[in-house]
Amino acid sequence: MLQGLRVIGVAIRSEPRVFTVAVLSSAVYGLMTVASSSALGWATDNAVLPAFQKGGVATGTLVVAAVFILGVAVLKALGVMGRRILAGVMQYRMQARSRRAVTRQYLRLPLSWHHRHPTGQLLSNANSDTEAAWAPIAPLPMAVGVVVMLVTAAVAILVVDPVLAIVGFLIFPAIALLNLVYQRRLSPLVMRAQQLRAEVSEVAHESFDGALVVKTLGREDAEARRFQARADELRDANVAVGRVRGLFDPLLEALPTLGVLAVLLVGSLRIEAGDLVAGDLIQVAYLFTLLAFPVRALGWVLAELPRSVVGWTRVQDVIEATGSMEYGTAALGAGGPARVRFDDVTFGYVPDAPVLDDVSFEVEPGRTIAVVGPTGSGKSTLTLLLARLVDPGKGAVLIDGTDLREAERGAVSGSVALVPQQTFLFDDTIRGNITLGLDVPDETVWAALRLAQADGFVSGLPSGLDTRVGERGATLSGGQRQRVALARAIVRSPRLLILDDATSSVDPQVEKRILHGLRDGSADSTVIVVAYRMATIALADEVVYLEHGMVTDQGTHEALLARCEGYRSLVTAYEREEAERAVLGADDDTDLDTDLDADLDTDLDGEPGFDTDEEVVA
Amino acid sequence: MTAVTQEETGAEKSDTGEPGSLRAAERSATQTIRHGLRLSPEFRRGLGGTLALAVLATLGKVIVPIAVQQVIDRGLGGAEPDVAFIRDATALCAVAVLLTALCGYLMNVRLYKSTEAGLATLRGKGFRHVHDLSVLTQNTERRGALVSRVTSDVDQISTFMQWGGLLVIVSFGQLLVATVLMAVYSWQLTLLVWACFLPLVFALPRFQRLVARAYNRIRERTGDVLSAVSESVVGSAVIRAYGSEDRTAARIDAAVEAQRRAQTRAQQIIGFTFPITELVAAVAVAGVVLAGVGLGAAGSITPGRLIAFLFLITLFISPLQTATEVLNEAQNAIAGWRRILGVLDTPADVADPAGGVTLQRGPISVAFEDVGFAYPGGARVLHDVSVEIAPRTRVAVVGETGSGKTTFAKLLTRLMDPTSGRILLDGVDLRDVRFSSLRERIVMVPQDGFLFDSTLADNIRFGRPSATDSDVRRALTELGLDEWADGLPAGLETPVGQRGESLSAGERQLVALARAYLADPDLLLLDEATSAVDPATEVRLARALDGVIRGRTAVSIAHRLSTAEAADEVIVFEHGRIVQRGPHAVLVAEPGVYADLYASWTSGVHSTSAAGGSVGGGLA
Repeated sequence: MLQGLRVIGVAIRSEPRVFTVAVLSSAVYGLMTVASSSALGWATDNAVLPAFQKGGVATGTLVVAAVFILGVAVLKALGVMGRRILAGVMQYRMQARSRRAVTRQYLRLPLSWHHRHPTGQLLSNANSDTEAAWAPIAPLPMAVGVVVMLVTAAVAILVVDPVLAIVGFLIFPAIALLNLVYQRRLSPLVMRAQQLRAEVSEVAHESFDGALVVKTLGREDAEARRFQARADELRDANVAVGRVRGLFDPLLEALPTLGVLAVLLVGSLRIEAGDLVAGDLIQVAYLFTLLAFPVRALGWVLAELPRSVVGWTRVQDVIEATGSMEYGTAALGAGGPARVRFDDVTFGYVPDAPVLDDVSFEVEPGRTIAVVGPTGSGKSTLTLLLARLVDPGKGAVLIDGTDLREAERGAVSGSVALVPQQTFLFDDTIRGNITLGLDVPDETVWAALRLAQADGFVSGLPSGLDTRVGERGATLSGGQRQRVALARAIVRSPRLLILDDATSSVDPQVEKRILHGLRDGSADSTVIVVAYRMATIALADEVVYLEHGMVTDQGTHEALLARCEGYRSLVTAYEREEAERAVLGADDDTDLDTDLDADLDTDLDGEPGFDTDEEVVA
Repeated sequence: MTAVTQEETGAEKSDTGEPGSLRAAERSATQTIRHGLRLSPEFRRGLGGTLALAVLATLGKVIVPIAVQQVIDRGLGGAEPDVAFIRDATALCAVAVLLTALCGYLMNVRLYKSTEAGLATLRGKGFRHVHDLSVLTQNTERRGALVSRVTSDVDQISTFMQWGGLLVIVSFGQLLVATVLMAVYSWQLTLLVWACFLPLVFALPRFQRLVARAYNRIRERTGDVLSAVSESVVGSAVIRAYGSEDRTAARIDAAVEAQRRAQTRAQQIIGFTFPITELVAAVAVAGVVLAGVGLGAAGSITPGRLIAFLFLITLFISPLQTATEVLNEAQNAIAGWRRILGVLDTPADVADPAGGVTLQRGPISVAFEDVGFAYPGGARVLHDVSVEIAPRTRVAVVGETGSGKTTFAKLLTRLMDPTSGRILLDGVDLRDVRFSSLRERIVMVPQDGFLFDSTLADNIRFGRPSATDSDVRRALTELGLDEWADGLPAGLETPVGQRGESLSAGERQLVALARAYLADPDLLLLDEATSAVDPATEVRLARALDGVIRGRTAVSIAHRLSTAEAADEVIVFEHGRIVQRGPHAVLVAEPGVYADLYASWTSGVHSTSAAGGSVGGGLA
């Protein structure tokens, strides 16, 4: 309850003016509700009764009565209108404010935080939780108006008869008490329902995301069952909430009527004892019946509070999450290619499982470095550290001698462009996806597209640069998406360009043209390229060879070929396979298969592969 | 579920044929409700009992205030208060109040149970149908928007079903009782009151249409917000890498602002229309006063009756206001329902055939007969493709980007249906094969192997849930991936993270391959399935696959022509046609597309051939 009042307090502090006017409108409504009965009373006394008694009444009086009734109604209508519209304005402003705050956090919090929080949950935070948090605002002005009304009525009743007032107003502590019990019972249930709501959204999001896999493996029914199980849990949780609501709502509604009855009973006894006259009791009883309905408005606010508190807490958890990246004040060098240094860098996503272990190497400005290593050796992680998407656990990554953690906000993304392995395009135009808001002329965009070998297909698109690519670039092929992502990096003329296997979906011929173009056109960049293909590696001045998260060798391609066995076996795998085939023919190669497999395994892992495999199977 | 629905459903039965232009909007709204109710039969479960309880609760709510009124009038109206009467009457009233509350409670519980069950069913059906939609349809929809259809759009219905539906009954009951009571006092004045409210009854549908449109816009804008938020979450790495947080924030803000504006707009419409009943009521009261005086002069009504009648008008207004409110809420529910129905109404254009054929397992033969394909509204991307793939062969599909390879793969796995020609599986048209049979026999490994947020073992088991841990281990061993798996922090139990993001792209491909392999299909289709895997592992994997794949058919789409060299047959695509076919050795020797591709590829591999070649030779 207290927490709920705090949430309401936040809302009132955020929108004091709207709230005040809404409450005033509500007050106008309340006053006019009372006025409408006096208007009717006036009409009865001055028009209706005289008409019956005298058999006639002046037309003027009748007109005044009608105008009085209508005028009050117009004011009352305006009050209702103002109250409802402004309550809506306030509620939706608060919602929008929370949504902005929450999503701002999504953009601010580091990737590690994102890895821990499923997309579906985050969507739920931004959607149904913010909605729940501010739901009580809609009936709030009315409720505040009611409180004012109650106080006024209380004073009026106190003046008439203090004893009756006490009896009648016992009903309000009773309502408060009942509400307290109500919320105690309801809160945990609502919390669970809201959590399950997020989980339902999570399952749906993941399942729709993996729709292709679900389809191609024929797992639609199983996925539907998985979703239904969650939906059924949500159903049960909602029914549990419903049971409590279903019990307390009618009780809360019954209480004011019971109050009226108590007043009548006590009042009649007091009349019998001669302490009260009948007229006063009638007046008090009418006041209570008049109040019975508006008091429900209080109930509405109170009934929404538990869900509101839960939603607000969940939103607040996001807003108060810490661990966002800190920025320093250092500027990175102004122009020209960057100098890059890894200084004893150790990094792991989970404790005690380092992905990179004590990695050190240096890249001279303007050089092109190939990072090579077996699958899962930490190459992509290395690129994340370079773009400061993650910070090292130990050691430092330096550009131009500046630790990236000391660089000012925007400095790293201004100097470094990473083309990740997994292309991500926005639901935007081709131009929007390349410039990302950067103010560059179309010629520059086209130049970047040319370098990325994407100008051909883009100019063939129905609206050229203005073609929308759909969510995550769904309307483009994998190779096309990669080339747009590449152009996005190139257009920034970054001082450090990082390509993480960024041309894997591109045809070899096209890739070759891209790489040659990059080598000739990117004199102002230091280039770090993660690659397997010999053609790519051959363009590099130097190779850093990673194995199990450690740099096992660094040098020119030729030097590494000569001295590093792991490297040699990795980059020459295709050639050796081809050589085997050429020598022996493709038909009868069983013996050689085993030899080569054993070879490769030895090279990669340091122990024979298939022999042990067979043991495991046996 | 509700009185409105029942009534309108009854009215609908006469003209289920063509939509009448006059009732088009209402029709679609009632049809939406009707269709929605039919989808979740649970809504009707125990409806009779719930309705009876609702009627009792309504009667209680209407009678109690009147009874209280009577107690006051009769108990205190005379010169001396009748205390005994008041005591008995209040006791009786208190019992009635408590009984009403009890009925309310029982009704609520029944209602919550049936509606929540119905909503859960609706969610499930919506969800299932999203998976039934073809890949083409799925891709045109944004994920966030799809998610909102089975989450918040369904929630939207619940408010109406649990709160509004019965309030409508309660309100109509109250309205009826009030009308009857008014008629008892004066039928002329009752007619007058109804005459005042009749225009409102006619105007209401017009307002409702405005409200409906406003709510629909809110649902759409909410979908937009979810999409924008989803993009910012899923694309968080790119957003950070390019420092485009501000731009993304601006986009989200725009969506949030548009949503807020739509919400405020809807609230304005409701805020304007709601007090109209208030005004009409005032007109009615004023009219009754004027007419009552006239009638009184004519001697057909007493002043006491006129005053009582004026009191009854207030009893008449409040249910009317509630009904207006509920009808607004109904628009909200209809908006939600429409969006779910929008999913369910979208035909699953690539559907599981009714009474489809279940094929025998075993060696599989595939034939494309004059197959052509064009994307809806697009140019043809595949022309007259005719090809047979014999059982137990290894086929490589090569060609430049956009030459039709992936389309070929999608048609073979029936992710799409050809626009012309047909594809035969063991002589049966693919469109006549049961999905369960098709998915059992043909499995595709796509380039981006999506993983679920679970363990490594669970993901590998995805294609064959009955597989035990030792089955999973055996599959990994047979593919030569066991050591890699053991090297992961928790082996088979390693959590792979959302979308498998705790693993590298290459590792995800390994899992996807193992997953398909464990599913044990007769035809394995690899679409660039190892593009992110290092060459040594890839070669090893290819050989392992060669070994275990005997007896099955394998179709590989690959850039790396080493795959083509190892295949029994190579199919070369260019501009949506098959231009060459045959073993690598033959194709490479004749001038053509393949020889060019091969030359280009080898120049890449051999660009350092001096060193590499000698080392390779030495090893061999």
